[in-house]
Amino acid sequence: MRGRILAVVPALNEAGAIGRVVEEIRATRLPIDVVVVDDCSTDETAAVAEEAGATVLRLPFNVGIGGAVQTGLRYARDEGYEVAVRLDGDGQHDAGELPRLLAPLERGEASMVVGSRFVDGTGSYRPPLARRIGIRVFARLVSLLGGHRVTDTTSGFVALDRRGIELFAAEYPHDYPEVEATLVALRSGLRLAQVQVAMRERETGASSITFLRSLYYIVKVMLALLVASLRRYPRVEGASS
Amino acid sequence: MTPIRVSIIGVIASVLLVLVVLELVRGRRLKERYALLWLATGIVLLVLSAWRGGLNTVAGWLGVTSYPPAVLFAVATLFILLVLLHYSTVLSRLTDENVELAQRIALLEERLRRKAREEQPPDG
Repeated sequence: MRGRILAVVPALNEAGAIGRVVEEIRATRLPIDVVVVDDCSTDETAAVAEEAGATVLRLPFNVGIGGAVQTGLRYARDEGYEVAVRLDGDGQHDAGELPRLLAPLERGEASMVVGSRFVDGTGSYRPPLARRIGIRVFARLVSLLGGHRVTDTTSGFVALDRRGIELFAAEYPHDYPEVEATLVALRSGLRLAQVQVAMRERETGASSITFLRSLYYIVKVMLALLVASLRRYPRVEGASS
Repeated sequence: MTPIRVSIIGVIASVLLVLVVLELVRGRRLKERYALLWLATGIVLLVLSAWRGGLNTVAGWLGVTSYPPAVLFAVATLFILLVLLHYSTVLSRLTDENVELAQRIALLEERLRRKAREEQPPDG
């Protein structure tokens, strides 16, 4: 039977982790289907994901994390799913948190729910100082430009209702999308909720953030935020703020 | 020393460059990724045009003693070369990806046609 929730799992060379990620999502007993978007992995990611029971979309070349997530959101839009939730393919997002993440959507309180590591200070997540400062600066900036307090704009653990799916299926940043997408959501009048979640350490593979990439990340995101606050965004139909 | 008129024109031109690039990104006709080098070009030229003493110093390092504004041209040329080289690599990647897409579509269409033929066998 087909569920009404779609888990979108972007994955690049995560053969070591993807099987368990898919199995854990399917074990939640939610009416949930899993689509793994394989961003042109060179390992067995796609085969392992399929074996574990996921639908796999194989991209013909690497399109970046944002492009991969958007592929899954377009699938959710076209196949008529009511809710889409993104979990990363490396296993850092705990599928056990899904019911809590989805609750504000089910109650109709929000169109976008972000699993935040810093809502109430109870989280155990302690990133290195530089990254902690970066996360906080981006959160402050997005709160200021979007007119709504957000605590974690770099989280990839996000759930969307139909409005959110349609907004981001139409337009989503291709690389390092999370921060900009949060601001676009706020400026489009999408109602945002945050839920405190725990995140796990990476199980296999390495984080894709190196020094040069961090520099590009910061400059690119700053530019995107500047430009996004200069743009006009049509209000999402039916959204209130 | 750099003539004041050269400095003023340099400032105006580099500010224009930055504004045009920002407007192109805002209008979604230029992606952030490809705007960054242009913005760096504009900002460096702006600094060298506005900070006249700095331009003199840099000219001194490079052995340009007679006419410091020549450094402006040299820096502008260098950045344009960088942008062009960067775009050449992007173009090459896009070419490869485009070919791959065309090939995949051709294979997909053939598979779809074969499926359709198998499902609806001709009469007789």
